[in-house]
Amino acid sequence: MTTTFLVTSSLVKVLVILLITVGVFAPILIWAERRQSAMIQDRLGPSRAAIVLPASAVAFIDRARLPMWRLAALTGIVAIVALVTLTFVALKGSNPLPISTSSLTSSLIAFGAASVLLRAGYGMHSMIIRNSGKIMLIGLLHPVADALKFIFKEDFVPPKGDKLLFSLGPIIALIPAIGAFAVIPFASSLHWDYLDQVLPRTGEIAGLVVPLQVASLNVGILFIFAIASTGIIGAAISGYASDNKFSLLGGIRAASQMVSYEVVLGLTLVPAFMVYASLRLEDMATWQHDHVWGIFVPPLTLAAVTFVVAAIAETKRVPFDLPEGESELVGGYLTEYSGMKFGMFFMGEFVEVVSLAAIFSVIFLGGWDVPFLYRDGFEFSLPFVSASYSVPVVHWLVVAIQFGVFLFKIVALIWFQLMIRWSLPRFRYDQLMSLCWKGMLPLSLLNILAVGAFILSGWLDGWVAFFEKLF
Amino acid sequence: MTVEVKVIKKPGRTLAEQAYVPEIAKGLGFAMGRFFKNTFGPQAKKEIDTVKYPEEKVEYPERFRGIHRLTQRSDGSPRCVACLCCSTACPAQCIHIEPAEYEPDDPRHGYERYPSVFVIDELRCIFCGYCVEACPCDAIRMDTGMHMPPSTSRDHFIYDKETLLSIPGRDGTYLTANPRHEPGDDTHPGIDRERGH
Ligand code: SF4
Ligand code: SF4
Repeated sequence: MTTTFLVTSSLVKVLVILLITVGVFAPILIWAERRQSAMIQDRLGPSRAAIVLPASAVAFIDRARLPMWRLAALTGIVAIVALVTLTFVALKGSNPLPISTSSLTSSLIAFGAASVLLRAGYGMHSMIIRNSGKIMLIGLLHPVADALKFIFKEDFVPPKGDKLLFSLGPIIALIPAIGAFAVIPFASSLHWDYLDQVLPRTGEIAGLVVPLQVASLNVGILFIFAIASTGIIGAAISGYASDNKFSLLGGIRAASQMVSYEVVLGLTLVPAFMVYASLRLEDMATWQHDHVWGIFVPPLTLAAVTFVVAAIAETKRVPFDLPEGESELVGGYLTEYSGMKFGMFFMGEFVEVVSLAAIFSVIFLGGWDVPFLYRDGFEFSLPFVSASYSVPVVHWLVVAIQFGVFLFKIVALIWFQLMIRWSLPRFRYDQLMSLCWKGMLPLSLLNILAVGAFILSGWLDGWVAFFEKLF
Repeated sequence: MTVEVKVIKKPGRTLAEQAYVPEIAKGLGFAMGRFFKNTFGPQAKKEIDTVKYPEEKVEYPERFRGIHRLTQRSDGSPRCVACLCCSTACPAQCIHIEPAEYEPDDPRHGYERYPSVFVIDELRCIFCGYCVEACPCDAIRMDTGMHMPPSTSRDHFIYDKETLLSIPGRDGTYLTANPRHEPGDDTHPGIDRERGH
C-alpha cells in the first residue's frame, strides 16, 4: 500500500511540476514578457490572435448574457444573505434558526462561488461581443500560435554539422532547467491521514507524511548547481555542432560566461547554508518559517542581491545576454536552430526564469512560509503587545494556502526579472567578465567572512530573537 | 596672436552613477511606473499609442489624397465635361475617358460634352493629385479620406464611372462646395458654342 502510494504521489508531484513549469508558466511567460515590455513602452503588445466564432454562436452568446448576469446577481444575493446569517449566528453564539450552521457555510461557499463564476462568464461573453465575435483572451492565444508555428516549421539541420550533437543540444539545455524543480519544496509536508482536521502547531504527528517535493535529497541545493551546470554543455555543443562560426563563438561565449558565473553563484549562496545550517531546501524553508525570512538577515540581504545578479548572468538573459547579439554574433549558438529545436531553447530559458524565482523565494523569501500562518491556522499578533487573534484552519487548506502563496512569490519574482530584462542596457563582454571576477567574486567571499563573523559573534541569534519578539 | 580657447569640461560621472546600483534602481522605478500606469491605471491616464487597426481607425489628415471620386450635379449626372485635362495631366496615364455629346434637346447640347466612359486604374495611379489640379470643373476629387479597399483581384481596382460617382466625399455628400451654373440658370453667362464667345 505504501509503495504504491509513494509511487503514485511522486508521479502526481512530477506531473504537477511539469504542468506548472512547461504547461503554464513557460507559455504564459512568453506572452507576459512581450506584453509587459509593450506596456512599459506604451504599446499594446501581442493581442490580436483570435478564434473567430460563427455568427450563430455569437448570437447565442449575446442572448445568454443577460440571464447570466441576472443569475449572478441572484446567487450573489443568496450568498450575502447566508453571510449575514452566519455573522448573526457567530455573534449570538448559538443557532436558533431552522437551518444548520454547516449547511449555511456550504451554501455560502457554493452560492458565492457560483455568483463569482457567473459574473466572470458574463464578463467573458461581453468581451467576445465587444470584439465582434472573436475570442482574443488578451493575447493569450499568441503562445498557442507560436507553438503551432514551431511545430510546423522546417526543422533545418546544417548539412555539414554534427547531426547527433545538434539534436542533443536543445534537450540538454531544457531538461536540467526542469530538473532543478525536483528538490524545491512547494509547501510544508502533507499529513495524509488528517487532511480535514486542525493539526497542533508543534510536535511530531504519526501517520503517513507526504513531503510536497519530488525528491528530498540531502545535497539539496548542490543538486541544483550540478544539474544547472549541465546546461553549459547544451549551449557549448549546440554552438559546436552548428558548423557555423557565429554559432561557435556564441557557444564559447555562453560556456565561458556560465562557467564564470557558476563559481559566483555557488559562493553567493554559501552564507545561506551557514545561517540555515543545511543544504536541504525544505530545511531552509522550515528555518525561515520558524525564525525570520532570509532576506531580513543583514548579510543574507547582500547575498540575495549578488545571487540575483549571478543567476541572471547564469541564465544568459538581458543585461547579460552576450552569447547572442545581432550586430556581432547574429543569434549566437541559436543561429542555425529553427522550429521546435529552437522552441526548446526558448522554453528552457523561460523555465530557467521560473526556477530562478522558485530558488530565490525558497532561500531568501521563506518559500512556502506565509506570515502569521502556522500549522494550526492563522495567528495575528502585534509587536510588543500580547494581544493576538487566531483563526484555526484545517490542514488541507493550510497546505493549499502555502502552495498558493509560494506560487504568488514566484510570479512576483518573475515579474521583477522581466522588469530587469526590459529596463537595463546590456554589458560589454569584458565588463561582464570583470564584474564577475573582480567584483562579484571578492564581494561574495567577503560576504562569507562577514556571515561567519555574524554567526560567531552571536549577533545572528540576537537578531533573530529581536525579530521574533517583533512578530 | 593669442587664440581664445573656451575649455569645456568633459561631463564626468558622479559617484552615484559610477556605483551603478542607484541608477539601476532609478531606471527600474521609471519602467515600473510606466508599466503600472499603462496596465492598471485608470483608462484616462493610459498612454498606449497602439491603434487596434481594423476596429479603430485614425482619421487621415484633411488634405490626404484618397481614392478618386467624380462629383455630381444636383440632378445626379457627372460634373465632368470630358475635357480630357485630367487624363492629359496624369503622369501614370491611368485615366481613360471616352467623351460623348448630350442629346440635341438637352440644354447642354452644343455647350459641353459628358464622359460616356470614365475609367481609372487605381493600381497604376500614383496618387499625385495632378488630375484634381487639372480639372477645370472640380469634377474629380480625392477628398474621400479612404485608401483603396484591398482585394485579391486586379479587376477590382479598375474603377468605372458608376463606381467613381458612387463614392461620397469625406463629408458624405456627392456634390462639391463650388457652385455650378447650368445652362438655362439665371446665373449662367449664356455663352455657348453656337452663339459664340
Ligand atoms: S492622382 Fe495622379 S496618377 Fe492618379 S489618376 Fe490623378 S493624375 Fe493620374
Ligand atoms: S474630370 Fe475634369 S479634367 Fe477630367 S475630363 Fe472631366 S472635366 Fe476634364
